[in-house]
Amino acid sequence: MNRLYLPCDSLARAVGADAVASALVTQAEQRHWPLELQRTSSRGLYWLEPMLEVDTPEGRIGFGPLTAADVPALLDALQGDASTHPLALGLVEQLPYLHSQQRLLFARAGITRPLSLDDYRAHGGFEGLARAVALGGEQTATAVFDSGLRGRGGAAFPAGIKWRTVRGTQAAQKYIVCNADEGDSGTFADRMLMEGDPFLLIEGMAIAGISVGASHGYIYVRSEYPQAVATLREALEIARHNGYLGANVGGSGLAFDMEVRVGAGAYICGEETALLDSLEGKRGIVRAKPPIPALQGLFGLPTLVHNVLTLASVPLILAKGAPFYRDYGMGRSLGTMPFQLAGNIRHGGLVERAFGLTLRELVEDYGGGTASGRPLKAAQIGGPLGAWVPPSQFDTPLDYEAFAAMGAMLGHGGVVVADDSLDMAHMARFALQFCAEESCGKCTPCRIGSTRGMEVIDRLLAAPDQEHREQQAIILKDLCDTLQYGSLCALGGMTSYPVASALKHFPADFGLHAAEAEQ
Amino acid sequence: MPDEMLHLPMVNSLLERHKGSPGALLPILHEIQEGIGYIPDAAIPDIAHALNQSQAEIRGVISFYHDFRTAPPARHILRLCRAESCQSRGAEQLAAQLRERLQLDDHGSSADGSISLRPVYCLGACACSPALELDGQVHARLSAERLDALLDSCREDGA
Repeated sequence: MNRLYLPCDSLARAVGADAVASALVTQAEQRHWPLELQRTSSRGLYWLEPMLEVDTPEGRIGFGPLTAADVPALLDALQGDASTHPLALGLVEQLPYLHSQQRLLFARAGITRPLSLDDYRAHGGFEGLARAVALGGEQTATAVFDSGLRGRGGAAFPAGIKWRTVRGTQAAQKYIVCNADEGDSGTFADRMLMEGDPFLLIEGMAIAGISVGASHGYIYVRSEYPQAVATLREALEIARHNGYLGANVGGSGLAFDMEVRVGAGAYICGEETALLDSLEGKRGIVRAKPPIPALQGLFGLPTLVHNVLTLASVPLILAKGAPFYRDYGMGRSLGTMPFQLAGNIRHGGLVERAFGLTLRELVEDYGGGTASGRPLKAAQIGGPLGAWVPPSQFDTPLDYEAFAAMGAMLGHGGVVVADDSLDMAHMARFALQFCAEESCGKCTPCRIGSTRGMEVIDRLLAAPDQEHREQQAIILKDLCDTLQYGSLCALGGMTSYPVASALKHFPADFGLHAAEAEQ
Repeated sequence: MPDEMLHLPMVNSLLERHKGSPGALLPILHEIQEGIGYIPDAAIPDIAHALNQSQAEIRGVISFYHDFRTAPPARHILRLCRAESCQSRGAEQLAAQLRERLQLDDHGSSADGSISLRPVYCLGACACSPALELDGQVHARLSAERLDALLDSCREDGA
């Protein structure tokens, strides 16, 4: 029997993996070539998808990117000397892009089948839960605190402090809420993890539940990710059936269960308090803090809210110990971060590395520069609310503090690369348009300032001369300040980042001279 | 519209099932839309009654979220991603191509009910931009030719 592996990840399918799979199965049958095709998660080497892997005594060898039309020649090669095929990649784990990564969270990516509990357990699954059950709630929370793990959703708040706060509350009901409303352009790590390794998230949430004393959890997934929703729902059934959820979680004697809730296309619901309102069945309106959700969250009760990647980091921290995790990273940014390379990039995909590598290493060494081959113009880090960073700042290490120091943010680790054809004045206007469309309407600067901002940019671009353009640029910068300091949440507050950074670094796109834009 | 009343038994059995679960409005609206294709106006009094909320509150939630429709959808729904990653790979040109070929604006629906256009901000396919979703299926690494071929496929089975 020849064992082959092909991802069932939704992006691999969006570039033709299903057509390759059915061609393989039909044509192998015609040739009487015995074949077992496993649909696994994706390695995250997306420019090579659909990427087929084949078992050999030396390890798995890869072929990609494939189309259904490649299948006959591929089968010829597999029945003879496989290395001669033009799309042969050699040993997958020796590919420099993958080999140089530090895959902790995505250790199973591309290797296991998402819904196979056996695969998950064979690769370290549920070891963290067993350890948490043995340690007890207090020491589990201490391990999370000691690991230095910070919230991976963007705000980078120390996770252990939240755990201790929720654990310290007295309430008849507490909740664990997983924020899986991954709406930032350029990010897809949450999607990959939910579609590819759903038991890891379930394990992380179960550990959180028994540690802080919560018996119910919700995963709030955006509606744009239907495959993640379906995979998680199926995985929950399997986990429940095998005693990892329910009245006696992993033999702890404690109860924890959870459900998947689906968003409805509102970007603002990625903000934790808007998400809580949405879970309560309301419009997703941002709440003022305090009270913090850890004390008064879902339905007014203590709630631990974390991003997918934060919760999914927990099983490993428990299984391997806090010091193991803390040894990765730099400064106060500890552990690994799954960076996501997107946009106009040759080698788009997932790069999990310890904090501290530079943006240049990420974009040039891993990404291989722009896909169009044109000169690199800028990269937007951290989603639509992130700053546009010019190549002159690409030597900044990827670290929460280093990015904050240059007026940018790491956010959820998404990197959107743009070549010189992208007009930054247009992108600044787009940021304001996006804010206007997605604002929940609570704060005036966000609700109204975003629309006024678009008008200012329109006037700036239509201005007859330099003097009028300068006047509008001053108004725009002023408006950015109002947005930044006058909004409750990050949507209004950080829409100023892409706008102000575009104006600062690319004044020519606005018809301004460099010196004037700097004023 | 009297024919909307035909949906009420389905709506009510679904409400009965969800009534006890806290914060159930979004799951209820999703299920109604999945079953009927949109959220009929006639269903709103029953939803409000079941959840002990005002009709205004229910309407407020429906209008807040981009996903919920209050009129029947076209046979095909094409959502082109317009977020930054796809823009950096030419999504704006694809949007112009769509407008030109279908003679519709970005939110438009064709008069014969065959296709609706809607912008979407990120499908999580950013490593292979540009991308779109056609009837729930994501297509990435789009080109002008691929987009034309997808539109042809809509026309063929919609005729």
